[in-house]
Amino acid sequence: MALTSSDIDRIANLARLQLQAAESARMLTQINGFFDIVEQMRAVDTTGIEPLAHPVMAVRDAVLSAQAGELRLRADIASEPNQREANQRSAPSVERGLFLVPKVIE
Amino acid sequence: MASDLHDMGVAQLAAKLRDKEISAVEIAQHFLARMKAHASLGAFLATDETATLAQARAADARIGAGESTPLLGVPIAHKDIFATTDFPTTAGSKMLAGYRSPFDSTVTAKFADTGMVCLGKLNCDEFAMGSSNENSAFGAVRNPWDAQRIPGGSSGGSAAAVAARLTPAATGTDTGGSIRQPASFCGITGIKPTYGRASRYGMVAFASSLDQGGPMARSAEDCALLLSAMCGPDLYRDSTSLDVPAEDFSGQLNQGVAGLRIGIPKEFFGEGLAPDVRAAVDITLSQFEALGATLVPISLPRTELSIPVYYIIAPAEASSNLSRFDGVKFGHRAKDFTDLADMYKKTRAEGFGDEVKRRIMIGAYVLSHGYYDAYYLQAQKIRRMIADDFQQAFTQCDVIAGPVAPTVAWKLGEKSDDPVANYLADIFTLPASLAGLPGMSLPCGFGEGGMPVGLQLIGNYLQEGKLLNAAHQFQLNSDFHTRKPGGLA
Repeated sequence: MALTSSDIDRIANLARLQLQAAESARMLTQINGFFDIVEQMRAVDTTGIEPLAHPVMAVRDAVLSAQAGELRLRADIASEPNQREANQRSAPSVERGLFLVPKVIE
Repeated sequence: MASDLHDMGVAQLAAKLRDKEISAVEIAQHFLARMKAHASLGAFLATDETATLAQARAADARIGAGESTPLLGVPIAHKDIFATTDFPTTAGSKMLAGYRSPFDSTVTAKFADTGMVCLGKLNCDEFAMGSSNENSAFGAVRNPWDAQRIPGGSSGGSAAAVAARLTPAATGTDTGGSIRQPASFCGITGIKPTYGRASRYGMVAFASSLDQGGPMARSAEDCALLLSAMCGPDLYRDSTSLDVPAEDFSGQLNQGVAGLRIGIPKEFFGEGLAPDVRAAVDITLSQFEALGATLVPISLPRTELSIPVYYIIAPAEASSNLSRFDGVKFGHRAKDFTDLADMYKKTRAEGFGDEVKRRIMIGAYVLSHGYYDAYYLQAQKIRRMIADDFQQAFTQCDVIAGPVAPTVAWKLGEKSDDPVANYLADIFTLPASLAGLPGMSLPCGFGEGGMPVGLQLIGNYLQEGKLLNAAHQFQLNSDFHTRKPGGLA
């Protein structure tokens, strides 16, 4: 199953990437080349296999107690001081402590 | 004496500092001068003599006050994927050119707390995506063994700097082999610990379920010192940090390898493996046998599948992680745009390089409606099978050994127009990454063009001590880790 140039345009839009025509064409060839090696994966019988989203689960199953491998939630308590100025120092456009973006609502 | 200071490793420099034979400032000055003399390697992206020397003076003051911690006053340089307040943090991307992080990563903060002196930030593939370091927005890194060749990637600057003796130690990160492969290509030692051992807080995210930091140095002994300082729970900053105590890996290096069962996966020795690499690895394995280890044939049947599985999962996570680069909160913003969507698209088109764009595209595609199950979920299921294959293998052996990469370092530009060729070369490092297992590379010989070859050791979860011990025992009986690139002053 090969992608078409309209697939590339659709994905680029989803990914918020502006691609020049030549770049799109190159991307199409390269991504299709990549999906050639993906085909072998689609043929594998994975019936009944639980997806492994994260290795912490595998570490837990292999060596840790279930508790030690649980994804943790911490108490909902503010633990960070206000860092607004430090955090905005590298922002492209800031005014009175606010991030500036192009007008969204007329 | 000062002339061979740079040939000393972390442990040796630490001993000299402890004995007050030399000061941290003198050591830092020596390395700063050497970094300048070898700037053409392209290993460093940021240096700041004032900051480095201030840290060295602070270390000397601590030594003067009677403090004697193992790494106090020893220099280190950090892959430019770790957020630091004292140096810029770019992740090798134009998107973050000149970016100053408001906070320090846990790993770099830990090293700073031990009193290590930071020499600067090291070049890497953009957002750690690459196997050659040619994807850095700030230029390629040259391999100190042959300036016409790549150093490997993505921690290419780290490997080149350690090999060229511009620093005795460096941090790296490994998502699919980014510590092990450049360590192999540059003839140094590097270890990726078990996923979750070293905090990911402040590591610019590429693929969060795979990214893991680790040390790169010239010997296993040095890596053990560094890894001991680097690991440990970071429960409030990193939700995937393992709640297991820090370990003293240096104390686990003198156990001999007699009786050690080394699993040899037949899939790592197939026709794709270059004869020169195979020869160096085979000789090393017979040396382990001579030291009393037993070689056990094993199978990791889904080794080849790890390539598509990894290159689905990692880009999927990357496309999500890199959505934060929108030109609003930090980083590059396009100058001209018509509206918000146009600003996003132009900003990202200008800020990201080709490989990053490709991976974002692949990731967005495999996560999109109608393709998620066939690609992303299927990849996660095979990922489980790969992890299970390792557990099966570890019922028969204590560690697994094989090549790190199918060939030695290739020439600059040789594969830069062929992304899939780069992906295929990751075949031997991807399986352990997908499973989250610790893996390391240690120098084990030389191949074509006199280029270094690395041996990969893979251990079960939390068995870094076993890997480092095996590597150290080999290094007690070999000198590949002490060889330096010829022609390098």
